[in-house]
Formats: sequence, C-alpha cells, structure tokens
Amino acid sequence: MILDWLLDGMVALLILAAALWTLAAPTPFAAVIGFVGFGLLASLAWVRLAAVDVALTEAAVGAGATGVILLQSAVRLRRGAAEVAAATPGRATTLLAGLLAGGLGLGLALAVLALPATVPGPAAEAAARSAEVGLGNLVAAVLMAYRGLDTLLESIVLVFAVLAVWAMGPDRHWGGIPGPRFARQRDGPLALLARWLPPVGIVIGIHIAWVGADAPGGKFQGGTVLAAMWVLAWGAGLVRPPSVADRRVRLVLVAGPLGFLLAGLLGAVLDGSFLAWPAALGKPLLLLVEAAMTLSVAAALALLVVGPPERRA
Amino acid sequence: MSAALQFLGLLLAAAGAFFFVAGSAGLIRFPDQLSRLHALTKADNLGLGLVALGLLPFAAGVFAALKLLVIWALVLLSGASAAQMVAERVRAAEPPA
Repeated sequence: MILDWLLDGMVALLILAAALWTLAAPTPFAAVIGFVGFGLLASLAWVRLAAVDVALTEAAVGAGATGVILLQSAVRLRRGAAEVAAATPGRATTLLAGLLAGGLGLGLALAVLALPATVPGPAAEAAARSAEVGLGNLVAAVLMAYRGLDTLLESIVLVFAVLAVWAMGPDRHWGGIPGPRFARQRDGPLALLARWLPPVGIVIGIHIAWVGADAPGGKFQGGTVLAAMWVLAWGAGLVRPPSVADRRVRLVLVAGPLGFLLAGLLGAVLDGSFLAWPAALGKPLLLLVEAAMTLSVAAALALLVVGPPERRA
Repeated sequence: MSAALQFLGLLLAAAGAFFFVAGSAGLIRFPDQLSRLHALTKADNLGLGLVALGLLPFAAGVFAALKLLVIWALVLLSGASAAQMVAERVRAAEPPA
C-alpha cells in the first residue's frame, strides 16, 4: 500500500518535472526530447492505472510518432529563425495561455476527484455483452462496436492530416516526391539498424495489431510500429517515398476508412443501422477492417513524418 | 527450487538497478559527451539485461520469458546503434586532438 503510493507519487512528480522541463527547455530540440520523455512517463502512469491499451497508444503515438514529427518540425524550423521569432507570442500571451491551461487542468482534476465511486452509465452492460462482438479485449470491443463512429472519424482525421501536410508544399512540387532525400548508408550503425530492425519490427507491429482483439494492442499501436520501420529504412536511404500522386499510396492511405465505411453501410443494409456489424459476418469483417486500418494508420503516420512534397517526381 | 530461483532473480534485478543508478550518476557527472554516452549505454545494456534476467523466474511461462529476452535484445540493438550514431556526430563536430 505505502509502496504503491510511493511509486505513484514518484511517477506523478516525474511527469510534472518533465512537463516543466519541456516548457522551460532552452531550444526546440531539447523541448521535443523533454516531450518524448514526458510521454513515456505518462504511459507509465497509464500502466499504473491498469489502462495498458492507453499506455501502448501513448508510448507509440503520443511519445513516439508525435515526437518524431515534432523533431522533424524543430529541424525544419532552424531555416526560418526570423519568422519563428516573429510568430512567437510575447510574455503576456504566454502567461495568459499558461494560466488558462493551468486553470483548465485544475478544474478537470477537481471534477475527477468529485466523481462518485461508482459511475452510472452503460459500462457494466457493455462489458457484459462485449463477447457478442467477438473481441476479448474490452477496449477494442468498445472502440469498434459501441464507439465505432468515433473510431471511424479518427481514421478519417488521419487522412485529412496527411492532406494538410501535403498542401504545405509549394504548387510547383504538387504531385512530386515528399520529404528530404537521405543518402544511402552503406555501413555504420544506421545501416546496420535499418537492415536488422525492420524484419523484427514488422512482425512485432503485425502482432500488436493482431492481439489487439483479445489483449492490449491494436491497429494504432501496431500501425505506428510498422510506420517506424519504414521511416527507419527511409532515414537510412534504403527506401524512397513514392510520389504523392501515386495511386497505390492514396489507396493504402484510404483503405482503412473506406473499408470501415463500407462495413458500416453493410450493417445498415443487413441489420438496419449504420456500423451495426452484422452478426453473421461480425468477426471476419471486423478483422478485415482492422487489417486495412492498420495499413492506413501506418501509411498516414509515415507520410506525416516525411512531410510535404519537396521535389518533382 | 523456484523460491531459490526467485531470490536469485531479485538479486539480479537489484544488481541491474545498481547499474541504472551508476549510469544515471555518470550521465549527470561525467565531463564530456562521449563519457556520458559510455555511462548511459552501461545502464541500458547491463542494467536492463540484469533486470530482464532477474524477472525470468517470475515470468508467467516460456513465451513470457522469451518476450523479456527479446525486449532486452531489441534495446541492446537500438540503444547501441543510437549511441554509435550520437558518438559519430560528436566526433564529426569536434575531431579528436
């Protein structure tokens, strides 16, 4: 009991310290490193709360993928120091934003503390009936069946995010190759890592997506690992990003949301309501959609890291 | 037998924790980047290895135990590679006198 308190208290203090360090960091690069550390500590906190699915997502998407994207941004922003300085808010705005965020955080904390011990809601019934969906992992069952619309919209948001990044490129590069070009590493640590890690990482990524049905894991976490493997090979110059006009890229990007939508419409036709997961086809259809979503998440995250088109195809 | 193994496991995990503390102290105290990197990789490789070995007797089965070893191997590979990459950049920025 006391040990639990000690451990939780230490994790909470470390999270606060990492957050403060991230805010006070002298350079954007250091701030991003602080942010990644903060995300990993937050995932520890989620493990302590027995929310392993959330912990995996926080570590993979929150700390990992977001960290890499922010790191790319920090490096890109070095070229425009004057513009960054002009766009940086003044002390008063920063202080106001800090007060607002702090007040909101405090309010949320008070609201959570004021919650009754047992929260009325459909949670118990959902848990009792999750087996009907054919998913042993309650979180996956809720995400795919009860909150299917949220998950569908989340997957569509990823496509829009990629479109927004592509739209950042200048007109003359539209339809071109995205991202910087990396020299092919013939030897050295990066070449070694980029050859050794992807075979293992691809298996682990697919495994995480696959076990998500019955254990902590799922398409977002597994897709992030797959994306990371591609980004690693890209950084070592072993693969080149395809042009943003390539139909295959676009197809992989929308395969998940499209499959999700089609499955939802099938539910509307067979069972009378959108996203109903017709009982006869439930599990196989679900797995198909999950597989397509894993691919789309991987493609979207990889393309978000790569950035806008930078040269002609 | 299993109690003895678990006791051994606790000893190994404690030894691993010692390496993490020593590595962290080195990371804070050592004067130059390459020495700090050296301290950090000791904590990563040896510390995590000892903790993983120490947890083996507590693993729920053969596959869980294998998973622990795979995690160690992956951290070894990525940690060592990342450390080499950082060291390369340090060397490129300030060539040895």
